[in-house]
Amino acid sequence: MTAGQDQTGRSLARPNARRLLQGKGRFVADKVLPRMAHAAFVRSPHAHARILAIDLTAARAAPGVVAAWDGPAVAAHVTPFVGVLTHMTGMKSAPQPALALGTSHWQGEPVAMIVAQTRAQAEDAAALVDVVYDPLPPVCDMVSALAPDAPLIHPALGSNLCWERRIVSGDVDAAFATAAHQVTRDFVFGRHTGVTLEPRVCIYDYDGSEDRLTLHYSGQVPHMMQAVLARHLGLPESQVRVISEDVGGSFGIKIHIYGDEIATALAAKLLCRPVQFLADRYESFLSDIHARDHRVTARAAMDADGRLTAVEIDDITGIGPYSVYPRSSAIEGNQVLNLTGAPYLIPAFRGQLRVVFQTKVPTCQYRGVGHPIAMAVMEGLMDDLAAASGRDPADLRAINLIPDDAYPVKSPQGVLYADLSHQACLSRLKELMGYDGLRADQAAQRGQGVYRGIGLCSMVEITNPSPMFYGVGGAPIAAQDGATVRLDASGAIHIASSVTEQGQGTETVLAQIAAQVLGVDPARIGVTTGDTATVPYGGGTWASRGAGIGGEAMRAASEALKAQVLDVAAAVLQLAPSALDLAGGAVVDSAGQARITLQALAQMVYYRGNELPPGLAPELIATRHFRVEGMPFVFSNGAMASYVEVDPDTGLTRLLGHWVVEDVGTILNPMLVDEQIRGGVVQGIGGALYEECLYSDDGQLLTVTLADYLVPMAGEMPDITVAHVVTPTRTSALGAKGAGEAGTTGTPAAVMNAVNDALRPLGAQISQMPMTPERVLRALGSVP
Amino acid sequence: MRIALTLNGEDIAAEVEPRQSLVDMFRSLGLTGTHTGCEHGVCGACSVRVDGQVVRGCLMLAVQADGLIVETVEGISQSGEIADLQAAFHRLNALQCGFCTAGMLLTAQELLTMNPAPSREAIREHLSGNYCRCTGYQAIVDAVAGVAAERLGR
Repeated sequence: MTAGQDQTGRSLARPNARRLLQGKGRFVADKVLPRMAHAAFVRSPHAHARILAIDLTAARAAPGVVAAWDGPAVAAHVTPFVGVLTHMTGMKSAPQPALALGTSHWQGEPVAMIVAQTRAQAEDAAALVDVVYDPLPPVCDMVSALAPDAPLIHPALGSNLCWERRIVSGDVDAAFATAAHQVTRDFVFGRHTGVTLEPRVCIYDYDGSEDRLTLHYSGQVPHMMQAVLARHLGLPESQVRVISEDVGGSFGIKIHIYGDEIATALAAKLLCRPVQFLADRYESFLSDIHARDHRVTARAAMDADGRLTAVEIDDITGIGPYSVYPRSSAIEGNQVLNLTGAPYLIPAFRGQLRVVFQTKVPTCQYRGVGHPIAMAVMEGLMDDLAAASGRDPADLRAINLIPDDAYPVKSPQGVLYADLSHQACLSRLKELMGYDGLRADQAAQRGQGVYRGIGLCSMVEITNPSPMFYGVGGAPIAAQDGATVRLDASGAIHIASSVTEQGQGTETVLAQIAAQVLGVDPARIGVTTGDTATVPYGGGTWASRGAGIGGEAMRAASEALKAQVLDVAAAVLQLAPSALDLAGGAVVDSAGQARITLQALAQMVYYRGNELPPGLAPELIATRHFRVEGMPFVFSNGAMASYVEVDPDTGLTRLLGHWVVEDVGTILNPMLVDEQIRGGVVQGIGGALYEECLYSDDGQLLTVTLADYLVPMAGEMPDITVAHVVTPTRTSALGAKGAGEAGTTGTPAAVMNAVNDALRPLGAQISQMPMTPERVLRALGSVP
Repeated sequence: MRIALTLNGEDIAAEVEPRQSLVDMFRSLGLTGTHTGCEHGVCGACSVRVDGQVVRGCLMLAVQADGLIVETVEGISQSGEIADLQAAFHRLNALQCGFCTAGMLLTAQELLTMNPAPSREAIREHLSGNYCRCTGYQAIVDAVAGVAAERLGR
């Protein structure tokens, strides 16, 4: 590389992608450990049932079976989880056992575990387990679950309400009483799930001679897992090691505690041998967390000048029978309450949230967490207000967006926003998409009986969270991340980070940051992530925080190493450290001349310390940690548009184009940022148009294969145009905000608005996701 | 049952259960580059080439491969057959987690063999049996289109 070339800000391809392209990935299911056994689970076929008896006799006698356990046998060794956060006052949830104890609370809850020499043998034996159930009334509908006579899922809790919250700010009633225009709408957001292509998978290995448990982990949060395993299996944390190599997709699915995985850990511990659990797609649908499942009634008021005067929302969400440990299942609803209306100046706001237990798969944090609902509700209201007042939807947004020069701004919900650029993003979006041209095309097509629509969304995304998210509520979840940078005798740089890699490019971006500070080629930097035995302690990957928090830690650690190097060089060269810099793999002087290579310097420090002045420490390694201070969260923002064509005869929606203008602050690797956004957009399209975990009235999941549950495939997806506005966050020197969830956050709103814009001349409106052809036809009145 | 086949150019014999899928067989032989996603024939992660045709390794039984020529991503990486596709996927970040990638590469190569100058729509259509949760597909389409143009140009 040439001296002085910027390493951050360029689209470096991911060095660690090469082996994935050659079939040389190291996914957990690729690992075979000596004497490894395999776990399979018997799962409840009922939404809600008393378990009268479990007979494991035939299963234990089956070929290859090593051991079998039921709920009580596991509970004797594993303490239950309680998924509540103490700062969310009044939240309650029942203790959740690893395997059902006495009662099963959703179809798919694990009831018994078989461990055998092969996975096939374990599955064969699981089919021989005889469980006697006494079905109890399912509690599926989130509204009727709150009725006074509703059956109680956990009688000890006294109701099926997990948590509720109300916010009132300003005089909402007066605003509606004097409004020039007001709109009201009921929204339904279906359940969907993450559908990682690699299902959940784990290998637990226990060495009884050292009382040491090792988890080969397909997930995002190694240190959280270490803490949770130690706590619930009764081991010292020092005896638990978590190793995460390649992860075949996660998106939040692999950030939670699952009973089947903890039971697998116990099996390894009791058997003193490695045990693998690999979910198949069917049991993934029945046991991976689901997400969304909200019904929202919302209304908004506007004055004669087109300015919002009040917004009111009432969100009810069904979360399954337990609040999921340790992040809790109330966060999604809380985000809906906190973020609805975030881009706009809103003088008065009233919100109500009810988080309700039901006998379905538990829901919890999945990419976007509440954001897609908050954005779809507010953006839907904005389009309704535009229609009611005869204004252009883009113009109405421009009137109401928080001005780019107004920050910091506190919302009526009390959320603090800083360094955002809604006005610039909307303005850039209109140019990028050719807004006026698309409006002309839309009008021309309508003249020919073709129904096209444009949907807009202005949005925020929570990124770089501070400890105010989870740690404050008692969860063993780090909001800080750490980075170590060292210079080896060969001149090679090695970095380690507590942020993990699932293909988003963590390792590449961290190497770019270190390379930038240290003036070396990023290809010469070795990277370690994902191993609690070797990386600094930290949070891992969640809430779009890897680049912003882990990256800032890496920048600081690199600066610290640079200072060490320059101190040595200054002593050797008899110059002031301030007269020296690093470039091209060497220490350079103020004229840019290379004076000593990093290799020569490191070899002097490590091999010939006698040549250094007394007192100069022989160390070329630095570790720094970073957490966000002064703000609970660092928000990114953006504006999106979708252009669709709806066929009123079939109800099918065709995606013609999608545009995103996003402000993620400092951009460290433009290609990786854009690809995060595109992938997120397509997940958002999935939720808007295709994906739903459909249940029968008695709590049976109907979509349990990829043939029933539709995910976005290449044939239906549009090309996605991405552009940027750059407003660095002032919470770090790096200035990077998160980008991982933006696409999923804003896309459903844009697509729903586009579909409704297409349907408007037909007098129809749809407010339920996914917007399946059947639902579109129902909105049109074509089918009952 | 005992079967014999040519796997990535090497003649092998294997003892397999009648119910074992093809993908499970060669994964058990250490060829873990091909993955199982849905085990239902929908996601395409298990795609392999059998007698020159890309098939679902989860829907074909190992015993059905007796006497046939089977190729996996490891084999066609080693031979250099898809080196240009792999380079384009790398350059354009047409993979994130990498779990779908072997199937994408084999399916893309199949398309370019049948149709050397596919339109973007044709690429999307041909890849529409391969699920990718990470990329949103656009970079994959870009990579395949770019390689098609490169191959035509040489």
